[in-house]
Amino acid sequence: MKLVYFARVREAMGSDGEEMEFPASVLTVGDAIDWLAAQSPRHAEAFADRSKLRFALDQRMVKFDAPVTGATEFAIFPPVTGG
Amino acid sequence: MIRVSVQREAFDIAAETLALEAAGVGAVATFTGIVRGDDGVTAIELEHYPGMTEASLNDICAIAQERWGLTGCTIIHRVGRMKVGEPIVLVVTASPHRAAALEACAFLIDRLKTDAPFWKREYRGDVAQWVEQKTSDVERGQSWDG
Repeated sequence: MKLVYFARVREAMGSDGEEMEFPASVLTVGDAIDWLAAQSPRHAEAFADRSKLRFALDQRMVKFDAPVTGATEFAIFPPVTGG
Repeated sequence: MIRVSVQREAFDIAAETLALEAAGVGAVATFTGIVRGDDGVTAIELEHYPGMTEASLNDICAIAQERWGLTGCTIIHRVGRMKVGEPIVLVVTASPHRAAALEACAFLIDRLKTDAPFWKREYRGDVAQWVEQKTSDVERGQSWDG
């Protein structure tokens, strides 16, 4: 799955995205964040404060309980601040 | 008629308004957001999620068009770096009557703030800081539900 990072998440990761294959145990967005946070100290820090993370699957906003299976693009970013 | 643009350049408010007036409507409402110089802010920088941004702006325009029976709806949002006093965002709505145009315009700017993937960074001289989402903005966005 293609992961994309924006704003503070992109800066914390030092990258605008990466390719990642989730194990079969990862069913939801929440599972994916838990799994990602265990991949490296950098991931752990970037995804530490779950209240400051928002998500989009294939460019649609979703919540923690959304199923990730079948999605091709998974975006992780802080709460939006446009306008 | 829906027109959505995410661009670095400034926009021409008169030209955008005229384009919706040309549909022969009774009312056109506009909202322009301008960079504020709060607390020593000298500039801001806007980042966005290309593709999703345009899709989410199109979605809220389609909702407004349906709900208020608009004859036209335009959203232009700038990205990149802007100085204090520069325009950031323009919303234009057109309808036969003023109430629909005004309400839809308010709906669009409120929902843009909660639905569209933009992130704003404030500059005070060379020091940059990400802007936190305001609870009041989230509540305003949700107030249009139902």
